[in-house]
Amino acid sequence: MTVKTRKKTETRLMTGAEMVIEALREQGVDVLFGYPGGAVLPIYDALHSAPELQHVLVRHEQGAGHAAEGYARSTGKCGVALVTSGPGATNMVTPITDAMMDSIPMVVICGQVPTHLIGTDAFQEADTTGITRSCAKHNYLVTDVDQLARTIHEAFHIATSGRPGPVVIDVPKDVQFANGTYVGKDGVHKPTYSPRIQPQPEAIAAAADLITRAKRPVLYTGGGVINSGPRASELLRQLQKETGIPVTSTLMGLGAFPASHKDWLGMVGMHGSFEANNAMHDCDLMLCVGARFDDRVTGRIDAFSPNSKKVHIDIDPSSINKIVRVDVPIVADCAAALDALIAALKLRTGKRPDLKPWKAEIDAWRARRCFAYENSDTVIKPQYAIERLYALTKDRNPYITTEVGQHQMWAAQFFHFDQPNHWMTSGGLGTMGYGLPAAVGVQCAHPDALVIDIAGEASIQMMMQELSTAVQHKLPVKVFILNNEWMGMVRQWQELLHGERYSHSYSQSLPDFVKLAEAMGGHGLRCDDPKELDAKILEMIEIDGPVLFDCRVENTENCLPMIPSGSAHNEMILGQITGNEIGESGRKLV
Amino acid sequence: MSDGSGAPSSAGPKSAYFLAHQDEEVERRTLAVLVDNEPGVLARVVGLFSGRGYNIDSLTVAEVDESSHQSRITIVTQGTPHILEQIEAQLLRLVPVGEVVDITKSKRGIERELALIKVAEKGEKRVEALRIAQIFRANVIDTTNESFIFELTGASDKISQFVELMRPLGLVEVSRTGVLSIKRGKEKG
Repeated sequence: MTVKTRKKTETRLMTGAEMVIEALREQGVDVLFGYPGGAVLPIYDALHSAPELQHVLVRHEQGAGHAAEGYARSTGKCGVALVTSGPGATNMVTPITDAMMDSIPMVVICGQVPTHLIGTDAFQEADTTGITRSCAKHNYLVTDVDQLARTIHEAFHIATSGRPGPVVIDVPKDVQFANGTYVGKDGVHKPTYSPRIQPQPEAIAAAADLITRAKRPVLYTGGGVINSGPRASELLRQLQKETGIPVTSTLMGLGAFPASHKDWLGMVGMHGSFEANNAMHDCDLMLCVGARFDDRVTGRIDAFSPNSKKVHIDIDPSSINKIVRVDVPIVADCAAALDALIAALKLRTGKRPDLKPWKAEIDAWRARRCFAYENSDTVIKPQYAIERLYALTKDRNPYITTEVGQHQMWAAQFFHFDQPNHWMTSGGLGTMGYGLPAAVGVQCAHPDALVIDIAGEASIQMMMQELSTAVQHKLPVKVFILNNEWMGMVRQWQELLHGERYSHSYSQSLPDFVKLAEAMGGHGLRCDDPKELDAKILEMIEIDGPVLFDCRVENTENCLPMIPSGSAHNEMILGQITGNEIGESGRKLV
Repeated sequence: MSDGSGAPSSAGPKSAYFLAHQDEEVERRTLAVLVDNEPGVLARVVGLFSGRGYNIDSLTVAEVDESSHQSRITIVTQGTPHILEQIEAQLLRLVPVGEVVDITKSKRGIERELALIKVAEKGEKRVEALRIAQIFRANVIDTTNESFIFELTGASDKISQFVELMRPLGLVEVSRTGVLSIKRGKEKG
């Protein structure tokens, strides 16, 4: 530990376990998600006499992690999870990695076997810091009780500042029992850790100059805008208003810019809109704000937006020039950079190029109506199901979580967001099973809000047990399952890329979701008739309690449009067009 | 110390995601990484290299300032300019890493390595080994009637050259520290 005390702070004597509770309290934590076990019992004992800290008992530690993520993404605060050693910690590895990939602030406290047993292959011992080293933003093994409080404070600081991420604190059981000195959060400072927040003025000036000259600009925004806080979303809207630049966003950034806006292009990327992808390909200036040129966004990299100047705002210097060379890198917090950019543009009063021809071109792409699908009177089309869900719930300003697969992409395409922090999805890691526990976390943070997990029948079974958590804690989450009996996205790839050889992507035996919901103390609904769908959705909303909605949809619908891996933005497979060939090299990509 | 993963550009794209920058030349760099000497810090640095498929040709580490718990890790690595830029940025993402100095790029770097070399022979070859050791200004730090242990400091090439000369003269084993580095002039870093 090399934490330095800057000023004299209040110090008190208490046990390690009490310190954990006190530190959480001081950090403003009001809810934590966890699961007890041998090595974490002293902390649970201390928790027993801290009724103001709400503890949500999950059914599997992975659920605690995703719930903490959902809580964090919907509030902008740090999510907290508490688990035991060994399997408790290893079950957390997936959510920790998920939070790392999607830059979600999360602190995970793990119990560990007593220090004298570390390294002996003791019961429920795992090398937690070793295992989580590469998947967490930072981690600690605390062997000295006097370092525990400051370690927790430092962990919160690291998790929530700079590019946010998960931080793991491993606390051996004897340290939880030991008496030591508590230090407050004001005394904590880590000299080697100082993320850059303010932008470089020369870079801002260069970006502003490019904007004043651009004839075909596009704003490409990402999760960083949301992580930066509500002010970044406001500033993005302000910048757009002043420049008129059309806006697209990554999966993670949905909601930062209102989908109801006339200059909204829809999502970019593999299942993004035709207009967004063509605009990205044909633009002369790309303003990337808090996005990281992920392969799901760029497609074929050597054909990515070939004729544009690129400006990249990112708080993480390693994101700059990682995938795509940019002309103007700006290392800064999104809000600070947008603020400076707006100010710089105000000083540039000269006449700017007319964007009308560019917008006319975009309108021509829009007219292609890339999300059009053939509806049916007899079978519920998955796109139709999401459209109706959106239409019937949007006035309630719902929070949406998803699992991973076709349903996730349909949700991104057909559910529209006007506000940040209302869309929770596993973007980077693509974790099936994320949605239900994330919805549990969101509902804890917003008890009166409508929280819906848009799910698939395969994904939901990965974290199904968390319905029981929702029932116990009276969290009325709605799980809207697009049930097509297939692992839909796997099936789609097998159809398009693997000669229609459907290897192990059909679930031969699915549970009766209605009975399952009832068995767990929730409500079950089923619908397989498009004419009944609206009434059933309204019924779902009205039920005061957790609901599993088994929405039986067209089994073999493909999620389109689609840029096949290894193809460029202007080589999309569109709805009614079939037979686009996917090359040998594209097939090797995932 | 190579982890065998190879630089993406020399071995063709290692992953489908490395579609760009294939035409860049691979360069060798010496990086000095200044870190807080806390548990696991070396594992973080080494894990970063193996996890992201970067090369390590040599690595040395020791605490250099006891009072502030500062350690200096010197890493010799290879990669295209694009990869090398990433290596630096990724290292700086690690919380205990305070500074990364590209010694090679600075043009003012001094690099040294220390080696211990055991040679066992009799007669004419033994005399020849000692004679060459004198030319290289190697010290004899242990001797028996049939063996020498030489201590040699210098640039890595010089040590390699010496080792090659010892090979026919009864070379038994070699122990090398890996590269240490510092910048010329009065400035730190």
